[in-house]
Amino acid sequence: MSAQPEPALLHSEEEEALRAAVRDLLTDHCDPAGVITRTESAAPHDASLWKALADSMGLAGLLIPEHLGGQGATHREAGVVLEELGRAVAPVPYLTSAVVATEALLACAADDLLGELASATTVAVLAVGLHVAPGGAVPQVRLEAGALHGELTGIADASFADVLLVPADDGGLYAVGAADATVTGQVSLDATRPVARVTLDGAVGRRLGEAGPAVRRALRAGAGLLACEQLGLADWLLTETVRYLKERKQFNRQVGGFQALKHRLARLWLEVAGLRAAARNAADALATGVDTDVAVAVAQAYAAQVAVHAAEEALQLHGGIGMTWEHPVHLYLKRAKADSIAYGAAGAHRAALAELVDLRAP
Amino acid sequence: MTDAAELRRRTRELLAAHPPAATDRLDFLRARFDAGLAWVHYPQGLGGLGATRSLQAVVDAELAAEGAPDNDPRRIGIGLGMAAPTILQYGTEEQRRRLLRPLWTGEEVWCQLFSEPGAGSDLAALGTRAVRDGEDWVVNGQKVWTSSAHLARWAILIARTDPDVPKHRGITYFVCDMTDPGVEVRPLRQITGEAEFNEVFLTDVRIPDSRRLGEIGDGWRVAQTTLNNERVAIGGTPIPREGGMIGKAAATWRERPELRTHDLHQRLLGLWVEAEVARLTGVRLRQQLAAGQPGPEGAGMKLNFARLNQEISGLEVELLGEEGLLYDDWTMRRPELVDFTGRDAGYRYLRSKGNSIEGGTSEVLLNIVAERVLGLPAEPRTDKDVAWKDLAR
Repeated sequence: MSAQPEPALLHSEEEEALRAAVRDLLTDHCDPAGVITRTESAAPHDASLWKALADSMGLAGLLIPEHLGGQGATHREAGVVLEELGRAVAPVPYLTSAVVATEALLACAADDLLGELASATTVAVLAVGLHVAPGGAVPQVRLEAGALHGELTGIADASFADVLLVPADDGGLYAVGAADATVTGQVSLDATRPVARVTLDGAVGRRLGEAGPAVRRALRAGAGLLACEQLGLADWLLTETVRYLKERKQFNRQVGGFQALKHRLARLWLEVAGLRAAARNAADALATGVDTDVAVAVAQAYAAQVAVHAAEEALQLHGGIGMTWEHPVHLYLKRAKADSIAYGAAGAHRAALAELVDLRAP
Repeated sequence: MTDAAELRRRTRELLAAHPPAATDRLDFLRARFDAGLAWVHYPQGLGGLGATRSLQAVVDAELAAEGAPDNDPRRIGIGLGMAAPTILQYGTEEQRRRLLRPLWTGEEVWCQLFSEPGAGSDLAALGTRAVRDGEDWVVNGQKVWTSSAHLARWAILIARTDPDVPKHRGITYFVCDMTDPGVEVRPLRQITGEAEFNEVFLTDVRIPDSRRLGEIGDGWRVAQTTLNNERVAIGGTPIPREGGMIGKAAATWRERPELRTHDLHQRLLGLWVEAEVARLTGVRLRQQLAAGQPGPEGAGMKLNFARLNQEISGLEVELLGEEGLLYDDWTMRRPELVDFTGRDAGYRYLRSKGNSIEGGTSEVLLNIVAERVLGLPAEPRTDKDVAWKDLAR
């Protein structure tokens, strides 16, 4: 194969400044103990953190053009935000609303809703199960006499949304007010990004455009930038585990000095270094439009195993404390495992690659 | 400071005075060295002009465009990559003037006498002895894994000059004349059937003290220069997508649909992804270097390279089915050049087993990552304050 144009895999000074600002906010307003408490409350999402991120910092509109009130930035900046949100397992609908729903609305040129999302007055989610891969089969509701009927499950962050973007059997994508639907939270493996059942019983929606291309575009961006979140998870897990193993002593030694553990952590570091390159490559490719399908598929075929491995190693190497409800490692494990399904499991992305790079199945 | 325009001017002067088409290859290379265009970052009079290292590309491009011969760097990698920087840093003026020119032109091939049967990962435990006798050192011992020894005129050699101090402190660095009496080179046959490497037996070899590099007992520090340059040489060049081992397996997959199975398909795709991620990690590392922020990823690149070469070539043998039962040729040969991705899948599978051993074992590299990158505690050292002669062996 011919040489690819070289992607830009380092962050600019502006991107580093954005990272620092988001990290500062999360350090002050998203501590692990608070996230754990919130997962057991009636409101698992952190509304005040979302307001600070989306409204005060204006990050909900990163991907929305300036003339609609957004920032007119790119997926690179959105990727920086998601790395930091991953590091904190922050319970906010950034990926679902500010990336996935936003991309669907951009595809439909739904300028009024984009303006509302940019100004952080509205949260929207795409009513497609979180497990669906780009190009995967999308369940639809029935359109009967101008009203929508049906049930959709596994809809991430729906319980926090004001607007649902619903694919219907006429091929259209409809905006439905959350108040016109019945949204029932499902008990979720990852309570920091809970999924819900959406039931439509004659709700009237507004047709925004063709569902097919909008959903594909939205899920591709979601899959690519999910890798940045997974990088954030893995990076926090590795850093925290290394820190703990330098501090923890058994057998009159720092536990991190045992070679069996050093080698495991060194291998994990190598995996995280790979994910850093793959995730930033995906974000860059989404921004430039060069080699995007391959970059996203490579990132998603690789990211899940790293994030889940980092979480499983972190839990094991923390020993008993890692098994407790009190220690935050379980938040990361549950998010990492749910992420391994989100926007298509690794196998779906490998299957996509088989076509993209001409390594066909038997 | 010599800039790009000046280098271009000098290169054209060289080409005008010695037109490549009408000039003997060696004469051209010598003239290039004498014009300071061999390695422009070396000092004047030693093949360079004291210019910035990156400007070498300017010279190389001008010369390549005119079809000028090169010094076949792959054949003389140890001299260029390891011996030369060490001679430059630690050699006397006389040593530099005598040794660097024929080293660069390839007239004199170099090899490296470091590893021993009893000193692999623990290189500092080496036991080859050098004993002072008048103006000479008398050397006795055995070295191993020496590529090019049978072709070499010179060797860089580390030997023990003081067994009564801890191991790192009693080593001295020499230049050994491989044509001297007492130097015996024997091919070391590998699992591939061929012998890229040699064993070198040193029996009462007399090395004049004037061929010592650096101070007596300071050889370990001198050797660090050599070894750091070896690590720079490994894994530094950009590769395209499907460059290296994965390209071979992917080509076989595409050309031989009758061999495909579902199991192999999943494994191939997984390795393709890992190879692409490793490539991107290398791209990012080079961008960091170019931005003046060297990242620690370099320490991990060789770990990736070794594991992926082994897994991909292993998959390819399995993919070949009945053909995988065959091997191209077990004949004992002494190849001048080594290509990990050369020959057939069986060779690649066997040769890549060495990738996790040569140039630092993967286990030692994992320790290095854990300690230098992650800051985890160092391995307990029981040998630090023990005289070399009292070490367990």
